[in-house]
Amino acid sequence: MLDSVSKHILEEVADIHETPIGAYNFRVDGKSAGRQTTANIDITSKTDKPGIDVRIKPGTKHESVHIPVVLAESGIRETVYNDFYVGEDADVVIVAGCGIHNCGNQDSEHDGVHRFFLGKNSRIKYIEKHYGEGDGNGRRILNPVTEMYMEEGAVAELEMVQIKGVDSTKRTTVAKLDKDARLVVRERLMTHGSQYALSEYTVEMNGEGSSVDLVSRSVAREDSTQDYRSKVVGNAACAGHTECDAIIMDNAHVYATPELDANCIDAQLIHEAAIGKIAGEQLTKLMTLGLTESEAEEQIINGFLK
Amino acid sequence: MLELKNVTFEAADENGGSKIITRDLSMTVGDNKFVVITGPNGSGKSTLARLIMGINQPTGGQILFNGRDITHASITERANLGISFAFQQPVRFKGLKVIDLLRIASKKELTVSEACTYLASVGLCAKDYINREVNASLSGGELKRIEIAMILARGSLLSIFDEPEAGIDLWSFSNLISVFETMRENIHGSILIISHQERILNIADEIVVIDCGSIREQGPKDEILPHILGTAAARIMCDGGAKISRKGGAANA
Repeated sequence: MLDSVSKHILEEVADIHETPIGAYNFRVDGKSAGRQTTANIDITSKTDKPGIDVRIKPGTKHESVHIPVVLAESGIRETVYNDFYVGEDADVVIVAGCGIHNCGNQDSEHDGVHRFFLGKNSRIKYIEKHYGEGDGNGRRILNPVTEMYMEEGAVAELEMVQIKGVDSTKRTTVAKLDKDARLVVRERLMTHGSQYALSEYTVEMNGEGSSVDLVSRSVAREDSTQDYRSKVVGNAACAGHTECDAIIMDNAHVYATPELDANCIDAQLIHEAAIGKIAGEQLTKLMTLGLTESEAEEQIINGFLK
Repeated sequence: MLELKNVTFEAADENGGSKIITRDLSMTVGDNKFVVITGPNGSGKSTLARLIMGINQPTGGQILFNGRDITHASITERANLGISFAFQQPVRFKGLKVIDLLRIASKKELTVSEACTYLASVGLCAKDYINREVNASLSGGELKRIEIAMILARGSLLSIFDEPEAGIDLWSFSNLISVFETMRENIHGSILIISHQERILNIADEIVVIDCGSIREQGPKDEILPHILGTAAARIMCDGGAKISRKGGAANA
């Protein structure tokens, strides 16, 4: 049974208000708090280390898997290994996400290592939200690792959001794409206080016709620091586009290092990066519509991170 | 409605000195009046509009709105008292959609069909635009029309347009005139437009001619318009305006 803190966190990270339809696995304070499998989606616990294996049968369509994690007790530190085996031609939605409620004085940390093995022509939409709350002195730490191994024609759309309350994060995403595989990433990040966020991507396009479109939008407020690093490697005739767009505010520090690496004459790689404050004329425009300066600022940030 | 008393605006120039952009300017805009401000480029028309909206603060004089002194009021206060401002060069926003801006402008949870009415009246096919981001993917002309739709959504006591014709194509220009004509019939408020265009001057109740930061002439359209045709103010007006009225006239014939 979930308590009210856990329920609230689940709403924040997985938009779950009641028990979800389809397969799910809830992890609360380091223990399994509920699991459901379906005829096409099986979930089993790993025997050698913490974590689960999620096996999606070939051809599974219109099904979803929810695997949210809640840390509500102060002082829990864990590394969890979750592997997803997505069968050929399957088309599923996977919702992960971790919320930390830390009212204590000890650090809480969840490091989720997610590996995705996408079969031929399979498709996934993967949604990952991170959220922290609680007024204790203990820090809320999340270090997610996402690895994507994509076979011919596989398509993955990743939506990764971290808007509030995580003190320290190191986000590592690695992807290897075979022929005609396509990876789309939409990252939204906001840091405040003295938070630190590192977001690091390495995408290797190894097959002809593979492509990646990686867009990261972030807002750095107060004394926070963001470090964005992306490396896109084109080893075949492929198309890669990465974009890093950051709004910097107050005394924040934003560091962006794009790297492109082409090993094939037909690899087309593009990187766009922009860091800047909110334009004064944007604030002025919204103020002429009746908003105060701080309301205007919030509207601009909310729109940017939507 | 709006009264400017001896308004002066002095700004720093590039040589470290200062420059008077608006000089001892006095004028009034009456209730439900349609007033057009015209004059040569660089005469201080846009600055005057910005002073009224509060984007720039006057260095001398007084601005009254419905009898209330707003000389040093903020942009937000003026907006909430009932002043709207359409920018000459509309601002782009990454992430904010057309419907978001229309909702902020109208100060209510506009339904999609209400929002569409505003877009349709500026000649945009609403369903194509309502969920578009107001970003670099929109053309200058599209942005300009969305800017005007926001003013319609606000329905303010005083609506100021800074060169609404700039960046608008010929077809939209005819449409623009009808937008203003409809506006003056439907909204109970005053309209103040900065323009060089003869066809806009033609639908005014009053015309104010500005030169070097001061008012050179002001009065009813029928009195002022004949004076300024052929003058410096009109030269600019005719450079762009003649072309448009000729083609526009043919289309209407």
